[in-house]
Amino acid sequence: MTPTIVLPVVIGGLYAAGVYLLLDRSLTRVILGFLLLGNATNLLLLSASGPSALAPIFGYAEAEEMSDPLPQALVLTAIVITFGVTAFLLAMVQRSWQLVRQEVIEVDEEDRRVATREGMDADDMDPDDLPTEDRPAGKGNTLHSDVDVEERLAQRYEGIPSDDIALPPTGGGRS
Amino acid sequence: MIGVLAPLPVLLPLLGAAAALLVGRHAKLQRALSILVLAAIVAVSVALLLIADANGAAAVAVGDWPVPVAIMLVVDRLSALMLIVASTVGLGVLVFAVGQGAADGDENTPLSIFHPTFLVLIAGVSYAFLAGDLFNLYVGFEVLLTSSYVLLTMGGSAPRIRAGITYVVVSLLSSLLFLASIGLVYAATGTVNLAQLAGRLGDLPDGTQLLLHSLLLIAFSIKAAVFPLSAWLPDSYPTAPAPVTAVFAGLLTKVGVYAIIRTQTLLFPDGALDDVLMWAALATMLIGILGAVAQSDIRRLLSFTLVSHIGYMVFGIALGSAAGLAGAIFYVVHHIAIQTTLFLVAGLIERRGGTMAVDRLGGLATASPLLAVLFFVPAMNLAGIPPFSGFIGKVGLLGAGVADGGWGAYVLVGGAVVTSLLTLVAMSRVWTRAFWRPPAQAPAADSAAAAARDAGPDDGPDEAPPGTDEPDDAVDEHAGGATSTLAARRTGRRGAWARHVAVATEAPEGGEGRPSGGAEDRAPSLQPLPGVMTAATAVMVALTVGLTVIAGPLYGMTDRAAGDLLDRTPYIEAVYGEEAGR
Repeated sequence: MTPTIVLPVVIGGLYAAGVYLLLDRSLTRVILGFLLLGNATNLLLLSASGPSALAPIFGYAEAEEMSDPLPQALVLTAIVITFGVTAFLLAMVQRSWQLVRQEVIEVDEEDRRVATREGMDADDMDPDDLPTEDRPAGKGNTLHSDVDVEERLAQRYEGIPSDDIALPPTGGGRS
Repeated sequence: MIGVLAPLPVLLPLLGAAAALLVGRHAKLQRALSILVLAAIVAVSVALLLIADANGAAAVAVGDWPVPVAIMLVVDRLSALMLIVASTVGLGVLVFAVGQGAADGDENTPLSIFHPTFLVLIAGVSYAFLAGDLFNLYVGFEVLLTSSYVLLTMGGSAPRIRAGITYVVVSLLSSLLFLASIGLVYAATGTVNLAQLAGRLGDLPDGTQLLLHSLLLIAFSIKAAVFPLSAWLPDSYPTAPAPVTAVFAGLLTKVGVYAIIRTQTLLFPDGALDDVLMWAALATMLIGILGAVAQSDIRRLLSFTLVSHIGYMVFGIALGSAAGLAGAIFYVVHHIAIQTTLFLVAGLIERRGGTMAVDRLGGLATASPLLAVLFFVPAMNLAGIPPFSGFIGKVGLLGAGVADGGWGAYVLVGGAVVTSLLTLVAMSRVWTRAFWRPPAQAPAADSAAAAARDAGPDDGPDEAPPGTDEPDDAVDEHAGGATSTLAARRTGRRGAWARHVAVATEAPEGGEGRPSGGAEDRAPSLQPLPGVMTAATAVMVALTVGLTVIAGPLYGMTDRAAGDLLDRTPYIEAVYGEEAGR
């Protein structure tokens, strides 16, 4: 019934390794880090019941010799929750892989855009000077080049001659 | 009576979620069911508040176990008030979502999980408000967080997954911190029951108390998005569908605030960390609102104001006085309603204008006066213009700050006023750009006109198509082409653009005040506002205005709730003398 040094050391090691992994950009490592942190926390909860003792089963041991059953109940709940959420996280990483073929935490584009933008007054902005995402035509998908647009337009307005003309330099028609 | 009523806000949505899953194939039945369930919860919460206000706090031991062992549900004025606001807001959002589903023709899509998940979310929120011990607070948090993960990533598109991963990892981390602190609290005191903890935590050595206190506060501050733990929020909320963002903005962070209130009043009433909280509140307010001013996407802007205004509540809590707490609780009520409403309005703006970017919107006030009113009223309310409830809440908080008298409190009062002013700036930026300026001044229209001029007179008039859809499509693709920087491509693109413009300017305007400069918007830009969504939003706006009307009784209620909280005995007696509550 003496306290053990093993548990604190293991918990500390798991926390350290978990935090280290969690700080990585790779999602697999993030998940692994989260698993380590979850286990560290579960061990911490378990160690809250004090020094080891007999299993808390009615009739198996005297009440004084039992270990505290409540943390064990809490740990069970926590394990179930961690398990379910990890499964969800894995599904999301898989989905991320399906969508963008990478499993790193991505940059928030809107965030970067706001950080790098300069001219805030819309009236002073020339659409062609703006970064592509800022152009007023909206953030469309980037799969189609304008060659496609031309082709599509040609199909759509078949029979109507194209009005493609050489334009003056950018901003020439603006006051 | 309370023994029957108190579990209902948790039980009803859970059972309702199960039933909604079962009838998942019958969309109409499912919708009716979830609305019915939420309406029932609103009714139950009103009854609970009336009882709690008349008889004081009451506790229910689930399963009739003896008191310190049992899982307790505690209803006091604060939790009952939170329940009412949460369920009302939930109902409004649900009706909005139903309207959106109907407008989008979702009737037959296999997306039957929205309603069950939403109900589970409400169950989790209610459970967190009612839980009488730390671990069940954790379970409530997990229930609401898990369903929020599903709601946030619903549809599984790339931006939502990106935002969802950040959100899930951050939430998980805060949950683990919370769980770890529960373990430490149990190790130190041998209980997780809040009422019992209130008695035992005070006996611990100061260092231990400080550790437990700060661990709990950090865990809750992540959930409540208090600076410096708030960076996840503006990244993750804006990508979700409008009703989901609305309910998240309204409820999730406020559950964190609720937990902070409980920690500061019931568990650690001596205010050891009040100073830290105060500076955190100041930083939250100022940095949040500066972020909002910089944004050009309405939803992100609103997310930043959400973070910023959390600072007001934390400010009230950190003051630790009855007036401060009462102001904070009033502000929570006000802010749940107002932030949800604003996000719903943002959803309407997106439908109407086709985009969320204020730089691309314009002329909405003439195009849709109703939408303009629906935005203007809550926006002014958020900024704290009298006579709206935001003003009343802020005056209460500022008054409490001045009454506190410390120099720190005065700095915060100044910060709160500046924040309020900057909120007004941010809101009026949206207003002037998206609503007030003539549509021709929107840069899109501007550049389109310029491009038309560039292109010179061409055969546009002849080729004007009957509909407005085609230019929309084409311009979307044009945007895709915009990545090219080659001069040749650019010339080709400009030609294409000029042609669109020519087409678009000749296209019929569909009764909108906005000329076809809006051609760059996505296809639904010229849609009329769907009736149910607008009605739900209008009712929510009316409710936020109604908060002003009932501000007197409501403030009285929050005063009494704050008194209860500082007194602590009503809560503890409710748990121990639970026979009286039956």
